[in-house]
Amino acid sequence: MAGIFAFAESRDGELRKVAQEVVTAARKLADAAGTEVHAVALGGSGLSGAAGELGKYGADKVFVGESGAFDRYSPEGFTTVIVNFIKEHGCDAALFPATALGKDLAPRVAARLGVDYLSDATGLDAEGGAVSVTRPRYAGKVFGKVAVSQKPAVISIRPNVFQAAESPKAGAVESLDVDLGSADFGAVVTEIKAAAGEKLDVSEAPIVISGGRGLQDPANFKLLEELAEAFGGRAAVGASRAVVDAGWRPHGDQVGQTGKTVAPTLYIAVGISGAIQHLAGMRTSRYIVAINKDPEAPIFKVADYGIVGDLFQILPRMTEEVKKLMA
Amino acid sequence: MKSIVCVKRVPDTEARIRIAGDGSSIDPSGVKFVLNPYDEFAVEAALKHKEAAGQGEVTVISVGDASSAETLRTALAMGADAAVLLKADRTPEGLAAAKVLAAEIEGREYDLVLFGMKAIDDDLQAVGPMVAELLGIPVVSAVTEFSVDNGKVTAHREIEGGAEVVELRMPCALTITKGAYEPRYASLKGIMAAKKKPLEEKPASVDAPAAQATLSYPPERQAGRIVGEGPDAVPELLRLLRTEAKVI
Ligand SMILES: Cc1cc2nc3c(=O)[nH]c(=O)nc-3n(C[C@H](O)[C@H](O)[C@H](O)COP(=O)(O)OP(=O)(O)OC[C@H]3O[C@@H](n4cnc5c(N)ncnc54)[C@H](O)[C@@H]3O)c2cc1C
Repeated sequence: MAGIFAFAESRDGELRKVAQEVVTAARKLADAAGTEVHAVALGGSGLSGAAGELGKYGADKVFVGESGAFDRYSPEGFTTVIVNFIKEHGCDAALFPATALGKDLAPRVAARLGVDYLSDATGLDAEGGAVSVTRPRYAGKVFGKVAVSQKPAVISIRPNVFQAAESPKAGAVESLDVDLGSADFGAVVTEIKAAAGEKLDVSEAPIVISGGRGLQDPANFKLLEELAEAFGGRAAVGASRAVVDAGWRPHGDQVGQTGKTVAPTLYIAVGISGAIQHLAGMRTSRYIVAINKDPEAPIFKVADYGIVGDLFQILPRMTEEVKKLMA
Repeated sequence: MKSIVCVKRVPDTEARIRIAGDGSSIDPSGVKFVLNPYDEFAVEAALKHKEAAGQGEVTVISVGDASSAETLRTALAMGADAAVLLKADRTPEGLAAAKVLAAEIEGREYDLVLFGMKAIDDDLQAVGPMVAELLGIPVVSAVTEFSVDNGKVTAHREIEGGAEVVELRMPCALTITKGAYEPRYASLKGIMAAKKKPLEEKPASVDAPAAQATLSYPPERQAGRIVGEGPDAVPELLRLLRTEAKVI
Protein backbone atom coordinates (compact mmCIF):
# COMPACT_ATOMS: atom_id res chain seq x y z
CA MET A 1 0.00 0.00 0.00
CA ALA A 2 1.21 3.42 -0.92
CA GLY A 3 -0.10 5.60 1.87
CA ILE A 4 -3.14 7.71 2.57
CA PHE A 5 -2.90 11.37 1.65
CA ALA A 6 -4.62 13.81 4.03
CA PHE A 7 -5.04 17.44 3.08
CA ALA A 8 -4.75 19.59 6.21
CA GLU A 9 -6.62 22.81 5.54
CA SER A 10 -5.39 26.01 7.13
CA ARG A 11 -6.40 29.63 7.11
CA ASP A 12 -4.18 32.54 8.13
CA GLY A 13 -1.42 30.23 9.32
CA GLU A 14 -3.72 28.22 11.56
CA LEU A 15 -4.87 24.71 10.88
CA ARG A 16 -8.63 24.40 10.79
CA LYS A 17 -10.37 21.96 13.11
CA VAL A 18 -11.42 19.89 10.12
CA ALA A 19 -7.72 19.16 9.43
CA GLN A 20 -7.66 17.00 12.58
CA GLU A 21 -10.78 15.21 11.35
CA VAL A 22 -9.26 14.52 7.93
CA VAL A 23 -6.10 13.14 9.53
CA THR A 24 -8.14 11.04 11.98
CA ALA A 25 -10.15 9.57 9.09
CA ALA A 26 -6.95 8.93 7.14
CA ARG A 27 -5.42 7.17 10.17
CA LYS A 28 -8.37 4.79 10.36
CA LEU A 29 -8.10 3.96 6.66
CA ALA A 30 -4.34 3.54 6.91
CA ASP A 31 -4.69 1.14 9.84
CA ALA A 32 -7.25 -0.92 7.95
CA ALA A 33 -5.01 -1.00 4.89
CA GLY A 34 -1.69 -1.35 6.71
CA THR A 35 -0.14 1.82 5.40
CA GLU A 36 1.05 5.31 6.38
CA VAL A 37 -0.65 8.68 6.63
CA HIS A 38 0.95 11.56 4.78
CA ALA A 39 -0.57 14.88 5.79
CA VAL A 40 0.03 17.89 3.59
CA ALA A 41 -0.53 21.48 4.71
CA LEU A 42 -0.14 24.41 2.33
CA GLY A 43 -0.16 28.07 3.23
CA GLY A 44 1.80 31.22 3.87
CA SER A 45 4.74 31.06 6.26
CA GLY A 46 4.38 30.10 9.91
CA LEU A 47 2.49 26.89 9.32
CA SER A 48 5.06 24.33 10.38
CA GLY A 49 4.47 24.71 14.12
CA ALA A 50 0.78 24.13 13.72
CA ALA A 51 1.35 21.31 11.27
CA GLY A 52 3.57 19.52 13.78
CA GLU A 53 0.45 18.87 15.80
CA LEU A 54 -1.00 16.59 13.16
CA GLY A 55 1.15 13.73 14.42
CA LYS A 56 -1.12 13.71 17.43
CA TYR A 57 -4.04 12.65 15.25
CA GLY A 58 -2.15 9.95 13.45
CA ALA A 59 -0.02 11.46 10.69
CA ASP A 60 3.20 9.48 10.17
CA LYS A 61 4.66 12.33 8.15
CA VAL A 62 3.57 15.92 7.81
CA PHE A 63 4.63 17.81 4.71
CA VAL A 64 4.43 21.57 4.92
CA GLY A 65 4.51 23.74 1.84
CA GLU A 66 4.98 27.38 2.75
CA SER A 67 5.03 30.19 0.25
CA GLY A 68 4.01 33.81 0.21
CA ALA A 69 2.01 32.91 -2.89
CA PHE A 70 -0.09 30.63 -0.67
CA ASP A 71 -1.17 33.28 1.85
CA ARG A 72 -4.48 32.84 0.13
CA TYR A 73 -5.91 29.77 -1.51
CA SER A 74 -4.46 29.32 -4.98
CA PRO A 75 -6.74 26.97 -6.93
CA GLU A 76 -4.24 26.05 -9.64
CA GLY A 77 -1.19 26.29 -7.39
CA PHE A 78 -2.63 23.94 -4.76
CA THR A 79 -3.82 21.51 -7.44
CA THR A 80 -0.39 21.38 -9.05
CA VAL A 81 1.50 20.90 -5.78
CA ILE A 82 -0.86 18.15 -4.63
CA VAL A 83 -0.91 16.31 -7.94
CA ASN A 84 2.90 16.42 -8.05
CA PHE A 85 3.06 15.13 -4.47
CA ILE A 86 0.68 12.25 -5.18
CA LYS A 87 2.55 11.30 -8.33
CA GLU A 88 5.84 11.29 -6.47
CA HIS A 89 4.77 9.55 -3.26
CA GLY A 90 1.89 7.50 -4.59
CA CYS A 91 -1.28 7.06 -2.57
CA ASP A 92 -4.23 4.73 -2.24
CA ALA A 93 -6.66 7.37 -1.12
CA ALA A 94 -6.55 11.15 -0.97
CA LEU A 95 -8.75 12.76 1.65
CA PHE A 96 -9.91 16.36 1.65
CA PRO A 97 -12.37 18.23 3.86
CA ALA A 98 -15.78 18.90 2.32
CA THR A 99 -15.36 22.62 2.94
CA ALA A 100 -15.56 25.47 0.44
CA LEU A 101 -11.85 25.05 -0.22
CA GLY A 102 -11.82 21.25 -0.24
CA LYS A 103 -14.81 21.03 -2.54
CA ASP A 104 -13.15 23.40 -4.98
CA LEU A 105 -9.79 21.66 -4.85
CA ALA A 106 -10.55 17.92 -4.66
CA PRO A 107 -12.49 17.53 -7.93
CA ARG A 108 -9.70 19.34 -9.81
CA VAL A 109 -7.08 17.08 -8.30
CA ALA A 110 -9.18 14.06 -9.27
CA ALA A 111 -9.74 15.26 -12.83
CA ARG A 112 -6.04 16.00 -13.30
CA LEU A 113 -5.23 12.52 -12.05
CA GLY A 114 -7.95 11.11 -14.31
CA VAL A 115 -9.90 9.47 -11.49
CA ASP A 116 -13.35 9.87 -9.99
CA TYR A 117 -14.15 11.92 -6.92
CA LEU A 118 -16.65 11.26 -4.15
CA SER A 119 -17.72 14.20 -2.03
CA ASP A 120 -19.08 14.63 1.45
CA ALA A 121 -18.36 11.13 2.73
CA THR A 122 -20.01 10.25 6.03
CA GLY A 123 -18.48 6.77 6.18
CA LEU A 124 -15.15 5.28 5.08
CA ASP A 125 -13.81 1.73 5.11
CA ALA A 126 -11.02 -0.26 3.58
CA GLU A 127 -12.11 -3.72 2.45
CA GLY A 128 -10.11 -6.11 0.32
CA GLY A 129 -7.80 -3.49 -1.14
CA ALA A 130 -10.59 -1.10 -2.03
CA VAL A 131 -11.66 1.98 -0.16
CA SER A 132 -15.40 2.06 0.33
CA VAL A 133 -17.21 5.34 0.73
CA THR A 134 -20.67 6.03 2.12
CA ARG A 135 -22.15 9.36 1.16
CA PRO A 136 -25.54 11.05 1.02
CA ARG A 137 -27.33 11.43 -2.29
CA TYR A 138 -30.55 13.28 -3.05
CA ALA A 139 -29.70 15.57 -0.12
CA GLY A 140 -29.58 12.66 2.28
CA LYS A 141 -32.87 11.07 1.23
CA VAL A 142 -30.80 7.99 0.41
CA PHE A 143 -27.19 7.00 1.01
CA GLY A 144 -24.90 5.37 -1.53
CA LYS A 145 -22.03 3.07 -0.72
CA VAL A 146 -19.31 2.66 -3.34
CA ALA A 147 -16.20 0.50 -3.35
CA VAL A 148 -13.62 2.51 -5.26
CA SER A 149 -11.22 0.31 -7.15
CA GLN A 150 -9.39 3.19 -8.88
CA LYS A 151 -6.28 4.55 -7.24
CA PRO A 152 -6.16 6.96 -5.68
CA ALA A 153 -9.69 7.19 -4.36
CA VAL A 154 -10.23 10.95 -4.13
CA ILE A 155 -12.71 11.76 -1.38
CA SER A 156 -13.88 14.72 0.64
CA ILE A 157 -15.27 14.09 4.10
CA ARG A 158 -18.12 15.93 5.73
CA PRO A 159 -17.01 18.15 8.62
CA ASN A 160 -18.14 17.09 12.11
CA VAL A 161 -18.78 13.48 11.13
CA PHE A 162 -15.32 12.00 11.69
CA GLN A 163 -14.64 13.18 15.23
CA ALA A 164 -10.96 14.01 15.72
CA ALA A 165 -9.34 11.34 17.88
CA GLU A 166 -5.80 11.23 19.17
CA SER A 167 -3.63 8.42 17.92
CA PRO A 168 -0.10 9.73 18.30
CA LYS A 169 2.54 9.06 15.64
CA ALA A 170 5.96 10.51 15.09
CA GLY A 171 4.51 13.10 12.77
CA ALA A 172 7.93 14.15 11.51
CA VAL A 173 7.60 17.46 9.70
CA GLU A 174 9.23 17.79 6.31
CA SER A 175 9.11 20.81 4.11
CA LEU A 176 7.61 20.55 0.69
CA ASP A 177 8.94 22.38 -2.33
CA VAL A 178 6.12 24.56 -3.57
CA ASP A 179 8.10 26.74 -5.93
CA LEU A 180 6.03 26.78 -9.08
CA GLY A 181 8.46 29.07 -10.87
CA SER A 182 6.86 31.65 -13.07
CA ALA A 183 3.56 29.81 -13.28
CA ASP A 184 0.93 32.13 -14.67
CA PHE A 185 -2.37 31.26 -13.06
CA GLY A 186 -5.67 31.95 -14.76
CA ALA A 187 -7.55 32.35 -11.46
CA VAL A 188 -6.30 34.35 -8.50
CA VAL A 189 -7.99 35.09 -5.17
CA THR A 190 -7.60 38.84 -4.84
CA GLU A 191 -9.55 39.53 -1.69
CA ILE A 192 -11.23 37.88 1.27
CA LYS A 193 -14.39 39.63 2.39
CA ALA A 194 -16.36 39.89 5.57
CA ALA A 195 -15.90 37.94 8.72
CA ALA A 196 -13.89 35.11 7.16
CA GLY A 197 -12.13 33.12 9.83
CA GLU A 198 -14.06 34.74 12.66
CA LYS A 199 -17.65 33.82 12.17
CA LEU A 200 -18.29 30.16 12.87
CA ASP A 201 -19.87 28.56 9.81
CA VAL A 202 -23.04 26.48 10.06
CA SER A 203 -21.34 23.63 8.21
CA GLU A 204 -18.66 23.37 10.88
CA ALA A 205 -20.21 24.47 14.17
CA PRO A 206 -20.93 21.77 16.75
CA ILE A 207 -24.18 23.58 17.60
CA VAL A 208 -26.43 25.18 14.97
CA ILE A 209 -29.42 27.31 15.91
CA SER A 210 -31.53 28.00 12.83
CA GLY A 211 -34.40 30.41 12.50
CA GLY A 212 -37.29 30.37 10.07
CA ARG A 213 -40.21 32.50 9.05
CA GLY A 214 -41.56 32.15 12.58
CA LEU A 215 -39.00 34.79 13.62
CA GLN A 216 -41.23 37.30 11.79
CA ASP A 217 -38.61 39.99 11.32
CA PRO A 218 -34.88 40.01 10.54
CA ALA A 219 -34.22 42.03 13.71
CA ASN A 220 -35.51 39.11 15.77
CA PHE A 221 -32.55 36.98 14.73
CA LYS A 222 -30.79 38.78 17.55
CA LEU A 223 -32.66 36.35 19.86
CA LEU A 224 -30.87 33.46 18.12
CA GLU A 225 -27.54 35.25 18.17
CA GLU A 226 -27.85 35.81 21.91
CA LEU A 227 -28.57 32.15 22.46
CA ALA A 228 -25.63 31.19 20.23
CA GLU A 229 -23.39 33.47 22.24
CA ALA A 230 -24.61 31.92 25.49
CA PHE A 231 -23.16 28.63 24.21
CA GLY A 232 -19.77 30.33 24.28
CA GLY A 233 -18.58 30.48 20.70
CA ARG A 234 -19.53 26.89 19.83
CA ALA A 235 -22.77 27.76 18.08
CA ALA A 236 -23.59 29.25 14.69
CA VAL A 237 -26.85 30.77 13.52
CA GLY A 238 -28.50 29.23 10.44
CA ALA A 239 -31.66 29.92 8.50
CA SER A 240 -34.40 28.36 6.42
CA ARG A 241 -34.71 29.26 2.78
CA ALA A 242 -37.88 31.23 3.42
CA VAL A 243 -35.95 33.84 5.39
CA VAL A 244 -32.98 33.80 3.04
CA ASP A 245 -35.30 34.42 0.09
CA ALA A 246 -36.86 37.27 2.06
CA GLY A 247 -33.39 38.79 2.33
CA TRP A 248 -33.24 38.51 6.12
CA ARG A 249 -30.12 36.36 6.16
CA PRO A 250 -27.30 35.68 3.66
CA HIS A 251 -27.42 32.54 1.54
CA GLY A 252 -24.30 31.25 3.28
CA ASP A 253 -26.47 30.68 6.36
CA GLN A 254 -29.13 28.64 4.54
CA VAL A 255 -29.54 25.05 5.63
CA GLY A 256 -31.19 22.61 3.26
CA GLN A 257 -31.19 21.08 -0.16
CA THR A 258 -30.27 24.33 -1.92
CA GLY A 259 -28.24 25.56 1.03
CA LYS A 260 -25.73 23.89 3.26
CA THR A 261 -25.88 20.38 4.58
CA VAL A 262 -24.99 20.35 8.23
CA ALA A 263 -24.25 17.61 10.75
CA PRO A 264 -23.74 19.30 14.11
CA THR A 265 -24.04 17.47 17.41
CA LEU A 266 -26.99 19.71 18.25
CA TYR A 267 -29.39 21.37 15.81
CA ILE A 268 -32.04 23.71 17.18
CA ALA A 269 -34.79 24.61 14.70
CA VAL A 270 -36.72 27.68 15.81
CA GLY A 271 -39.88 28.75 13.98
CA ILE A 272 -39.12 26.39 11.11
CA SER A 273 -41.89 24.18 9.77
CA GLY A 274 -39.62 21.37 8.60
CA ALA A 275 -40.25 21.28 4.84
CA ILE A 276 -38.67 18.31 3.06
CA GLN A 277 -35.97 20.52 1.52
CA HIS A 278 -35.00 21.85 4.93
CA LEU A 279 -34.94 18.39 6.51
CA ALA A 280 -32.68 17.24 3.70
CA GLY A 281 -29.98 19.58 4.95
CA MET A 282 -30.05 18.81 8.66
CA ARG A 283 -31.40 15.34 9.24
CA THR A 284 -27.97 13.85 9.86
CA SER A 285 -27.53 16.11 12.90
CA ARG A 286 -26.83 14.03 16.01
CA TYR A 287 -29.60 15.63 18.10
CA ILE A 288 -32.42 17.81 16.84
CA VAL A 289 -34.48 20.18 18.99
CA ALA A 290 -37.56 21.90 17.60
CA ILE A 291 -39.27 24.97 18.94
CA ASN A 292 -42.55 25.68 17.18
CA LYS A 293 -45.96 26.91 18.18
CA ASP A 294 -47.69 24.42 15.90
CA PRO A 295 -47.70 20.93 17.47
CA GLU A 296 -48.42 19.45 14.01
CA ALA A 297 -45.33 20.99 12.36
CA PRO A 298 -43.40 18.29 10.43
CA ILE A 299 -40.18 19.33 12.18
CA PHE A 300 -41.40 17.49 15.30
CA LYS A 301 -41.33 14.22 13.31
CA VAL A 302 -37.54 14.34 13.12
CA ALA A 303 -36.80 16.16 16.38
CA ASP A 304 -35.47 14.28 19.39
CA TYR A 305 -36.86 16.91 21.72
CA GLY A 306 -39.45 19.58 21.14
CA ILE A 307 -41.07 22.45 22.90
CA VAL A 308 -44.45 23.62 21.66
CA GLY A 309 -44.97 27.31 22.14
CA ASP A 310 -44.16 30.86 21.22
CA LEU A 311 -40.50 31.26 20.37
CA PHE A 312 -40.54 34.86 21.59
CA GLN A 313 -41.17 33.60 25.10
CA ILE A 314 -39.05 30.47 24.89
CA LEU A 315 -35.82 31.87 23.44
CA PRO A 316 -35.08 34.51 26.12
CA ARG A 317 -35.67 31.92 28.81
CA MET A 318 -33.40 29.48 27.06
CA THR A 319 -30.61 32.04 26.71
CA GLU A 320 -30.90 32.83 30.40
CA GLU A 321 -30.80 29.14 31.42
CA VAL A 322 -27.92 28.30 29.08
CA LYS A 323 -25.91 31.20 30.52
CA LYS A 324 -26.47 29.78 33.99
CA LEU A 325 -25.38 26.33 32.84
CA MET A 326 -22.25 27.62 31.16
CA ALA A 327 -21.26 29.93 34.01
CA MET B 1 -19.90 36.98 -25.45
CA LYS B 2 -20.56 33.32 -25.96
CA SER B 3 -21.68 31.34 -22.95
CA ILE B 4 -22.23 27.64 -22.59
CA VAL B 5 -24.35 26.40 -19.70
CA CYS B 6 -24.27 22.73 -18.74
CA VAL B 7 -27.56 21.53 -17.28
CA LYS B 8 -28.96 18.32 -15.83
CA ARG B 9 -32.35 16.76 -15.42
CA VAL B 10 -32.96 15.77 -11.79
CA PRO B 11 -35.85 14.71 -9.54
CA ASP B 12 -37.78 17.62 -8.06
CA THR B 13 -36.69 18.63 -4.55
CA GLU B 14 -40.12 17.58 -3.21
CA ALA B 15 -39.79 14.08 -4.66
CA ARG B 16 -39.88 11.10 -2.37
CA ILE B 17 -36.92 9.01 -3.38
CA ARG B 18 -37.46 5.26 -3.51
CA ILE B 19 -34.74 2.76 -4.27
CA ALA B 20 -35.40 0.57 -7.33
CA GLY B 21 -35.26 -3.22 -7.32
CA ASP B 22 -31.65 -3.26 -8.54
CA GLY B 23 -30.56 -1.56 -5.31
CA SER B 24 -28.36 0.91 -7.14
CA SER B 25 -30.76 3.29 -8.83
CA ILE B 26 -33.93 5.10 -7.90
CA ASP B 27 -37.42 4.21 -8.98
CA PRO B 28 -38.49 7.02 -11.33
CA SER B 29 -42.19 6.20 -11.30
CA GLY B 30 -44.28 9.04 -9.95
CA VAL B 31 -41.23 11.29 -9.67
CA LYS B 32 -41.41 14.72 -11.28
CA PHE B 33 -38.17 15.72 -12.98
CA VAL B 34 -36.96 19.29 -13.28
CA LEU B 35 -34.06 21.42 -14.45
CA ASN B 36 -31.52 21.17 -11.60
CA PRO B 37 -32.23 24.22 -9.36
CA TYR B 38 -28.57 25.25 -9.25
CA ASP B 39 -28.43 25.09 -13.06
CA GLU B 40 -31.31 27.55 -13.14
CA PHE B 41 -29.03 30.04 -11.40
CA ALA B 42 -26.39 29.41 -14.05
CA VAL B 43 -28.84 29.85 -16.94
CA GLU B 44 -30.10 33.05 -15.34
CA ALA B 45 -26.55 34.35 -14.91
CA ALA B 46 -25.75 33.67 -18.57
CA LEU B 47 -28.91 35.44 -19.71
CA LYS B 48 -28.32 38.46 -17.44
CA HIS B 49 -24.78 38.93 -18.72
CA LYS B 50 -25.87 38.55 -22.30
CA GLU B 51 -28.59 41.15 -21.77
CA ALA B 52 -26.16 43.51 -20.04
CA ALA B 53 -23.73 43.20 -22.93
CA GLY B 54 -26.55 43.68 -25.42
CA GLN B 55 -25.18 40.84 -27.52
CA GLY B 56 -23.95 37.29 -27.35
CA GLU B 57 -25.23 33.77 -27.36
CA VAL B 58 -26.24 31.29 -24.69
CA THR B 59 -26.04 27.60 -25.54
CA VAL B 60 -27.27 24.97 -23.09
CA ILE B 61 -25.84 21.47 -23.15
CA SER B 62 -26.96 18.36 -21.35
CA VAL B 63 -25.77 14.79 -21.34
CA GLY B 64 -28.46 12.28 -20.61
CA ASP B 65 -31.24 10.16 -22.03
CA ALA B 66 -33.93 11.38 -24.44
CA SER B 67 -36.00 12.90 -21.64
CA SER B 68 -33.28 15.49 -21.04
CA ALA B 69 -34.56 17.24 -24.18
CA GLU B 70 -37.45 18.48 -22.06
CA THR B 71 -35.00 19.98 -19.56
CA LEU B 72 -33.17 21.75 -22.37
CA ARG B 73 -36.50 23.13 -23.61
CA THR B 74 -37.04 24.62 -20.16
CA ALA B 75 -33.75 26.49 -20.46
CA LEU B 76 -34.63 27.58 -24.02
CA ALA B 77 -37.97 28.86 -22.73
CA MET B 78 -36.10 30.94 -20.12
CA GLY B 79 -34.24 32.54 -23.01
CA ALA B 80 -31.25 30.43 -24.04
CA ASP B 81 -30.57 30.57 -27.78
CA ALA B 82 -29.67 27.00 -28.66
CA ALA B 83 -29.43 23.59 -27.06
CA VAL B 84 -27.42 20.42 -27.51
CA LEU B 85 -28.39 17.03 -26.13
CA LEU B 86 -25.54 14.57 -25.87
CA LYS B 87 -27.66 11.50 -25.91
CA ALA B 88 -26.71 8.50 -23.84
CA ASP B 89 -28.74 5.61 -22.47
CA ARG B 90 -28.20 6.89 -18.96
CA THR B 91 -27.20 10.12 -17.29
CA PRO B 92 -23.58 9.83 -16.19
CA GLU B 93 -22.08 11.40 -13.07
CA GLY B 94 -18.72 12.86 -12.10
CA LEU B 95 -15.76 12.27 -14.36
CA ALA B 96 -17.79 10.27 -16.91
CA ALA B 97 -20.17 13.22 -17.38
CA ALA B 98 -17.30 15.73 -17.40
CA LYS B 99 -15.52 13.86 -20.19
CA VAL B 100 -18.55 13.91 -22.48
CA LEU B 101 -19.21 17.59 -21.82
CA ALA B 102 -15.57 18.60 -22.22
CA ALA B 103 -15.31 16.75 -25.53
CA GLU B 104 -18.30 18.67 -26.87
CA ILE B 105 -17.22 22.07 -25.51
CA GLU B 106 -13.69 21.64 -26.82
CA GLY B 107 -14.89 21.98 -30.41
CA ARG B 108 -16.89 25.13 -29.75
CA GLU B 109 -16.19 28.79 -29.48
CA TYR B 110 -16.87 30.15 -26.00
CA ASP B 111 -15.91 32.75 -23.45
CA LEU B 112 -17.67 31.34 -20.41
CA VAL B 113 -18.78 27.88 -19.35
CA LEU B 114 -21.31 27.94 -16.53
CA PHE B 115 -22.57 25.16 -14.30
CA GLY B 116 -24.83 24.88 -11.31
CA MET B 117 -22.71 24.44 -8.19
CA LYS B 118 -24.00 20.91 -7.83
CA ALA B 119 -26.61 18.52 -9.10
CA ILE B 120 -29.17 17.83 -6.39
CA ASP B 121 -29.40 14.13 -7.25
CA ASP B 122 -25.80 12.92 -6.97
CA ASP B 123 -24.78 15.87 -4.74
CA LEU B 124 -21.23 15.54 -6.08
CA GLN B 125 -20.27 19.14 -6.81
CA ALA B 126 -17.65 17.84 -9.23
CA VAL B 127 -18.59 18.26 -12.87
CA GLY B 128 -17.80 21.97 -13.27
CA PRO B 129 -14.26 21.85 -11.88
CA MET B 130 -13.62 18.57 -13.72
CA VAL B 131 -14.72 19.91 -17.11
CA ALA B 132 -12.52 22.98 -16.57
CA GLU B 133 -9.54 20.79 -15.71
CA LEU B 134 -10.10 18.68 -18.82
CA LEU B 135 -10.34 21.82 -20.95
CA GLY B 136 -7.35 23.40 -19.22
CA ILE B 137 -9.22 26.59 -18.36
CA PRO B 138 -9.44 28.36 -14.99
CA VAL B 139 -12.48 27.69 -12.82
CA VAL B 140 -13.99 28.88 -9.59
CA SER B 141 -16.82 27.20 -7.72
CA ALA B 142 -19.76 28.34 -5.57
CA VAL B 143 -20.06 31.77 -7.23
CA THR B 144 -22.87 34.04 -6.02
CA GLU B 145 -22.19 36.90 -8.42
CA PHE B 146 -19.69 37.87 -11.10
CA SER B 147 -18.85 40.69 -13.45
CA VAL B 148 -17.20 40.58 -16.87
CA ASP B 149 -14.83 43.24 -18.05
CA ASN B 150 -12.12 43.30 -20.67
CA GLY B 151 -11.54 39.59 -21.00
CA LYS B 152 -11.55 39.18 -17.25
CA VAL B 153 -14.13 37.81 -14.82
CA THR B 154 -14.35 38.95 -11.22
CA ALA B 155 -16.29 36.42 -9.18
CA HIS B 156 -17.53 36.33 -5.59
CA ARG B 157 -17.43 32.93 -4.09
CA GLU B 158 -18.91 31.67 -0.83
CA ILE B 159 -16.48 30.40 1.80
CA GLU B 160 -17.08 29.61 5.46
CA GLY B 161 -17.91 32.81 7.25
CA GLY B 162 -17.41 35.10 4.29
CA ALA B 163 -16.59 35.44 0.63
CA GLU B 164 -13.56 35.35 -1.63
CA VAL B 165 -13.11 37.56 -4.64
CA VAL B 166 -11.45 35.69 -7.51
CA GLU B 167 -10.18 37.11 -10.77
CA LEU B 168 -10.20 34.79 -13.77
CA ARG B 169 -8.83 35.06 -17.26
CA MET B 170 -11.34 34.22 -19.98
CA PRO B 171 -12.26 31.76 -21.26
CA CYS B 172 -13.08 30.31 -17.88
CA ALA B 173 -15.64 28.22 -16.04
CA LEU B 174 -17.81 29.15 -13.07
CA THR B 175 -20.15 27.07 -10.96
CA ILE B 176 -23.05 29.15 -9.70
CA THR B 177 -24.89 28.97 -6.41
CA LYS B 178 -27.79 30.97 -5.07
CA GLY B 179 -27.00 34.66 -4.87
CA ALA B 180 -27.50 37.44 -7.35
CA TYR B 181 -29.25 35.37 -9.99
CA GLU B 182 -32.90 34.76 -9.19
CA PRO B 183 -34.14 32.48 -12.00
CA ARG B 184 -36.84 34.00 -14.17
CA TYR B 185 -40.01 32.15 -15.00
CA ALA B 186 -40.45 31.16 -18.58
CA SER B 187 -43.22 33.28 -20.07
CA LEU B 188 -45.82 31.79 -22.37
CA LYS B 189 -44.10 33.65 -25.20
CA GLY B 190 -40.80 32.12 -24.11
CA ILE B 191 -42.32 28.64 -24.10
CA MET B 192 -43.74 29.14 -27.60
CA ALA B 193 -40.44 30.54 -28.87
CA ALA B 194 -38.52 27.62 -27.35
CA LYS B 195 -40.33 25.22 -29.66
CA LYS B 196 -38.72 26.89 -32.66
CA LYS B 197 -35.22 27.15 -31.26
CA PRO B 198 -32.56 24.71 -32.40
CA LEU B 199 -32.12 21.60 -30.25
CA GLU B 200 -29.42 19.44 -31.69
CA GLU B 201 -29.14 15.80 -30.63
CA LYS B 202 -25.90 13.87 -30.87
CA PRO B 203 -25.00 10.42 -29.66
CA ALA B 204 -22.52 10.41 -26.79
CA SER B 205 -20.29 7.62 -25.68
CA VAL B 206 -20.22 7.45 -21.94
CA ASP B 207 -17.57 5.63 -19.89
CA ALA B 208 -18.91 2.96 -17.60
CA PRO B 209 -19.03 4.27 -14.04
CA ALA B 210 -15.86 3.49 -12.10
CA ALA B 211 -17.99 1.92 -9.41
CA GLN B 212 -21.67 1.41 -8.81
CA ALA B 213 -23.23 2.65 -5.58
CA THR B 214 -25.42 0.45 -3.44
CA LEU B 215 -28.24 2.60 -2.17
CA SER B 216 -29.85 2.44 1.24
CA TYR B 217 -32.19 4.57 3.28
CA PRO B 218 -30.81 6.56 6.17
CA PRO B 219 -31.96 5.26 9.53
CA GLU B 220 -35.46 6.61 10.15
CA ARG B 221 -35.36 9.29 12.76
CA GLN B 222 -37.72 8.41 15.55
CA ALA B 223 -40.05 11.26 16.36
CA GLY B 224 -38.81 12.30 19.75
CA ARG B 225 -40.55 13.64 22.69
CA ILE B 226 -42.37 16.88 23.26
CA VAL B 227 -40.72 18.02 26.45
CA GLY B 228 -43.47 20.46 27.27
CA GLU B 229 -45.18 23.68 26.35
CA GLY B 230 -43.90 27.22 26.65
CA PRO B 231 -40.88 28.65 28.45
CA ASP B 232 -41.40 26.52 31.54
CA ALA B 233 -40.29 23.48 29.53
CA VAL B 234 -36.83 25.00 29.00
CA PRO B 235 -35.10 23.72 32.16
CA GLU B 236 -36.28 20.17 31.45
CA LEU B 237 -35.07 20.43 27.83
CA LEU B 238 -31.64 21.55 28.95
CA ARG B 239 -31.51 18.82 31.56
CA LEU B 240 -32.22 16.21 28.86
CA LEU B 241 -29.62 17.72 26.53
CA ARG B 242 -27.10 17.61 29.32
CA THR B 243 -27.78 14.25 30.98
CA GLU B 244 -29.48 12.13 28.33
CA ALA B 245 -28.10 13.40 25.01
CA LYS B 246 -24.88 14.68 26.61
CA VAL B 247 -24.44 17.35 23.97
CA ILE B 248 -24.12 20.44 26.15
C1 LIG C 1 -36.28 23.95 -5.25
C2 LIG C 1 -36.49 24.25 -3.79
C3 LIG C 1 -35.40 24.23 -2.94
C4 LIG C 1 -35.56 24.53 -1.57
N1 LIG C 1 -34.45 24.50 -0.76
C5 LIG C 1 -34.62 24.79 0.55
C6 LIG C 1 -33.49 24.78 1.45
O1 LIG C 1 -32.35 24.55 1.05
N2 LIG C 1 -33.71 25.07 2.75
C7 LIG C 1 -34.95 25.37 3.26
O2 LIG C 1 -35.07 25.62 4.47
N3 LIG C 1 -36.02 25.39 2.43
C8 LIG C 1 -35.88 25.12 1.10
N4 LIG C 1 -36.97 25.19 0.29
C9 LIG C 1 -38.21 25.82 0.82
C10 LIG C 1 -39.07 24.92 1.65
O3 LIG C 1 -39.93 24.21 0.80
C11 LIG C 1 -39.91 25.77 2.65
O4 LIG C 1 -40.64 26.73 1.94
C12 LIG C 1 -39.07 26.49 3.69
O5 LIG C 1 -38.15 25.63 4.30
C13 LIG C 1 -39.99 27.06 4.76
O6 LIG C 1 -39.27 27.85 5.67
P1 LIG C 1 -39.78 28.07 7.15
O7 LIG C 1 -39.93 26.77 7.82
O8 LIG C 1 -38.88 29.08 7.76
O9 LIG C 1 -41.20 28.82 6.94
P2 LIG C 1 -42.66 28.29 7.14
O10 LIG C 1 -42.91 27.04 6.41
O11 LIG C 1 -43.52 29.46 6.89
O12 LIG C 1 -42.69 27.91 8.67
C14 LIG C 1 -42.68 28.82 9.73
C15 LIG C 1 -42.90 28.01 11.00
O13 LIG C 1 -42.77 28.89 12.12
C16 LIG C 1 -43.75 28.55 13.08
N5 LIG C 1 -43.99 29.76 13.87
C17 LIG C 1 -44.55 30.91 13.47
N6 LIG C 1 -44.58 31.81 14.47
C18 LIG C 1 -44.03 31.21 15.56
C19 LIG C 1 -43.80 31.61 16.89
N7 LIG C 1 -44.10 32.82 17.33
N8 LIG C 1 -43.23 30.71 17.72
C20 LIG C 1 -42.90 29.48 17.31
N9 LIG C 1 -43.10 29.04 16.05
C21 LIG C 1 -43.66 29.90 15.18
C22 LIG C 1 -44.94 28.08 12.29
O14 LIG C 1 -45.75 27.22 13.07
C23 LIG C 1 -44.28 27.35 11.12
O15 LIG C 1 -44.11 25.99 11.41
C24 LIG C 1 -36.84 24.87 -1.07
C25 LIG C 1 -37.95 24.87 -1.92
C26 LIG C 1 -37.78 24.56 -3.27
C27 LIG C 1 -38.99 24.56 -4.15
